[in-house]
Amino acid sequence: MKIPSSIWTLLIGVVLTLLSLWYGQNHGLLPTAATDEAVLVDGLFNAMMIVSTGIFLLVEGILIYSAIKYRRRAGDNEDGPAIEGNVPLEILWTAIPAIIVLGISVYSFEVYNDIGGFDPHSVHEAPIVQESMTMPGAAIAATLSDTPPSTSPNLNQEKSDEAMQDPATAAVRNADQIPQKRNAPGVGSVAPTIGGSPERAGLPPELRVNVTGLQYAWLFTYPDTGITTGELHVPVGREVQINMTANDVIHAFWVPEFRLKQDAIPGRQSEIRFTPRLAGTYDLICAELCGPYHGAMNTKVVVEETQEAYDAWMEEQLVASSETLNQAVAVNPTDLSPDEFLTHYTKEMGIQPEIINQVHTAHHHQ
Amino acid sequence: MTQAQLEKTANNPPHIEEPEERHWRDFFGFSTDHKVIGIQYLVTSFIFYCIGGVMADLVRTELRTPEVDFVSPEIYNSLFTLHATIMIFLWIVPAGAGFANYLIPLMIGARDMAFPRLNAVAFWMIPPAGILLIASLALGDAPDAGWTSYPPLSLVTGQVGQGIWIMSVLLLGTSSILGAINFLVTILKMRVPSMGVHQMPLFCWSMLATSALVLISTPVLAGALILLGFDLLAGTTFFNPTGGGDPVVYQHMFWFYSHPAVYIMILPFFGAISEILPVHARKPIFGYKAIAYSSLAISFLGLIVWAHHMFTSGVPGWLRMFFMITTMIIAVPTGIKIFGWLATIWGGKISLNSPMIFAMGFLGTFVIGGISGVMLAAVPFDIHVHDTYFVVAHLHYVLFGGSVLGIFAAIYHWFPKMTGRMMNEFWGKVHAVLTIVGLNMTFLPMHKLGLMGMNRRIAQYDPKFTSLNEICTYGSYILAISTLPFIINAVWSWWYGPKAGNNPWRGLTLEWMTTSPPEIENFEKLPVLATGPYDYGVREKEVDIQAVLNIEPGEPYPTIESGV
Ligand code: HEM
Ligand SMILES: [Cu+2]
Ligand SMILES: [Cu+2]
Repeated sequence: MKIPSSIWTLLIGVVLTLLSLWYGQNHGLLPTAATDEAVLVDGLFNAMMIVSTGIFLLVEGILIYSAIKYRRRAGDNEDGPAIEGNVPLEILWTAIPAIIVLGISVYSFEVYNDIGGFDPHSVHEAPIVQESMTMPGAAIAATLSDTPPSTSPNLNQEKSDEAMQDPATAAVRNADQIPQKRNAPGVGSVAPTIGGSPERAGLPPELRVNVTGLQYAWLFTYPDTGITTGELHVPVGREVQINMTANDVIHAFWVPEFRLKQDAIPGRQSEIRFTPRLAGTYDLICAELCGPYHGAMNTKVVVEETQEAYDAWMEEQLVASSETLNQAVAVNPTDLSPDEFLTHYTKEMGIQPEIINQVHTAHHHQ
Repeated sequence: MTQAQLEKTANNPPHIEEPEERHWRDFFGFSTDHKVIGIQYLVTSFIFYCIGGVMADLVRTELRTPEVDFVSPEIYNSLFTLHATIMIFLWIVPAGAGFANYLIPLMIGARDMAFPRLNAVAFWMIPPAGILLIASLALGDAPDAGWTSYPPLSLVTGQVGQGIWIMSVLLLGTSSILGAINFLVTILKMRVPSMGVHQMPLFCWSMLATSALVLISTPVLAGALILLGFDLLAGTTFFNPTGGGDPVVYQHMFWFYSHPAVYIMILPFFGAISEILPVHARKPIFGYKAIAYSSLAISFLGLIVWAHHMFTSGVPGWLRMFFMITTMIIAVPTGIKIFGWLATIWGGKISLNSPMIFAMGFLGTFVIGGISGVMLAAVPFDIHVHDTYFVVAHLHYVLFGGSVLGIFAAIYHWFPKMTGRMMNEFWGKVHAVLTIVGLNMTFLPMHKLGLMGMNRRIAQYDPKFTSLNEICTYGSYILAISTLPFIINAVWSWWYGPKAGNNPWRGLTLEWMTTSPPEIENFEKLPVLATGPYDYGVREKEVDIQAVLNIEPGEPYPTIESGV
């Protein structure tokens, strides 16, 4: 019995679809999703994997099938049928990719919005109102006083000034005298980075940490307690905002399990917000080429299981810092040369002093 | 010169006295024959491919183990910087120009390019630029800030190496601008009168699109590099934050060129594939106009997607969305091409010879790069994988799968025309199979590496990634070995290969209507089109080569003065 070809087409279509659906969900290509944002991003990735698997199988299938089926037989010097076009078919395969990318765009847009990609200071509404919505208290006061958007305050400048108040950041930054700059050329707004999720729009983050990237280390300062560390600790389930900048060259803050990345750029402030959902220890990786030892610029992010664990850790840090050099740094960082300052931190972070020395010679020979 | 003399020279057909015969030494001098220049480009760029390939294998050898144990981290960074710079600016881009030089005048029935001397000048900027770049290694201060050379990093690494890098890329950019002007004028002005734009081979369409892109975007790169050069050597602070400059501005300028650059690299080979598939599948190209105009669409859209390289570096949210959407839209014209090609081979009479295997390999691998490209356009996902091995995998599927396989397909296809001899089929197939296997083995695992958390441009990595990296490294050795049969085959066949005859593939485009290799001025008399470029299987249009070549003796060739 000869099965009509349309049934074959249908069968192949069904098998293809099932295969794609299965693989899109079982590819095992991503690490654990440790933040609320990561779960959303993974949903998008899986959807794209489903579509991609389908297209991949279709195209490779047609290629291999043609190579076998339409292979020229020996001695056959005829030409194939002269089919030059087929308007409905061409419209169809213009429309299909168009619909697919439209779908992916809409889905990406949704996810981007849900993870807080649109800081609400964007174009639609009066910038001032919006800006004040996501700003920490002090900054709100500053913004409310001046109205016209053209002279809207340089939020980054404020953030940076704020950050400069913690001694560790200030010491590092002053070493190279890098001025801070308004982050983005947008409509009187700050860094178009990942902000609070829409439900949390208008609320300040539950925890704020300032991060400075420098060749080849990350420095974290906790403005609420004045603690400086080489490792990031955050409690599970609370929204964290990372304010970052860089001291020397561009670095990028990346935690693969968080699915978030943001460049730390000298002269600029940027921020991301996220809510950790799984306790654990993750790698924080610098993802922007920042010199020969770029590959060594890693540290740990510890998501503490409970708020208490986090508080306990913070307590420890406070005790430690009151006993050691840290205090001296906190009191008067200018007494220390940047090298001395860095050596202390980097020892704790497991970076060999030679690297730091190389960094500094590299700087000086410029 | 007097005005009259000037007018006279300007109106002369672009015709420079050439000797009656070619000697081997013509290939080493300042020749103005587009065919010589084409081969000069191709051979030179292939030599750079080998050099860039050796560097890639050194990079991969370092990455075989998680520790830094093969070269120092500084040298490692120089190696991948030079690898990328060489592969892009000294291999793929010049190879495209090489084919365009060789083929365009033949395909449109002209005797030479519109500006033969300019053509030679454009070529002769390449060897010094390449030698300069590689010499920086010998000076012990090679550039090591990546091929993107982002400041401030590029301003604090070695001054000499970085300065050399800037100089060299500026030279190469200038060369490609000069080439592009020439291609545009030649295609628009010098076609035989019977060839309207819709009778033009698709390779010419793709070179139109490419050249337009080069002319618009390369000057912006030059601008960025000149400013960077000032920052580096004269202490200005355009991009240097210590003096109030902004490093992100450099990124905008850089990517305004460098995203279009991927289309500059790949469009010519889209064109070549559109020539190769119909000939070896014995069918007309499916959807000629759709494929022709999709090249223009790609080149237009290619100009407005650059910030997709900057999704993590601080561009406003709405701008990210804008660039996400424009980037996604490029999938549409690209999809049109891919489906058009598939429909071309569907139901044909496919000869699975080396050019065809490479062309089909091109389709099969490029599509993977295209799919991962659409994924990367999705901002939330790109934020995760930007600057990781996922991107390295993507770019190699596009550039290796899409450009290098295209180059090889084109070499096997046009070799008989260029040399008058056939290449060996058996070794051609060995080459093709090794390349396609090596390519997938090297780059497929990189997708997973990137997704799992391996960032790029690092000499040492987390030991949990070791086994995948080993696979990649052994794959890259297969790639290195794969070029050997090709080199031997090409050299041997050039001298001793079986004679090809004028039209071994029974092609219908004009380049097959003259001798192989073509006589010095291509066509004895002005050729006349007897068929469309892809009229395979159209019985009544059985071609008579003599008819193409010998109609209406004495009709003048078009010049750049004659109408479009
Ligand atoms: C011969 C086979 C090739 C191998 C084994 C290879 C291998 C590699 C590897 C391992 C890297 C990553 C370096 C890193 O991120 O640490 C790389 C980067 C790169 N490769 Fe290749 N590659 C090959 C061919 C090509 C070709 C044909 C091109 C064509 C343009 C190319 C363009 C690039 C570019 C643009 C980069 C980015 C470099 C950067 O991050 O600055 N490669 N290659
Ligand atoms: Cu870094
Ligand atoms: Cu791009």
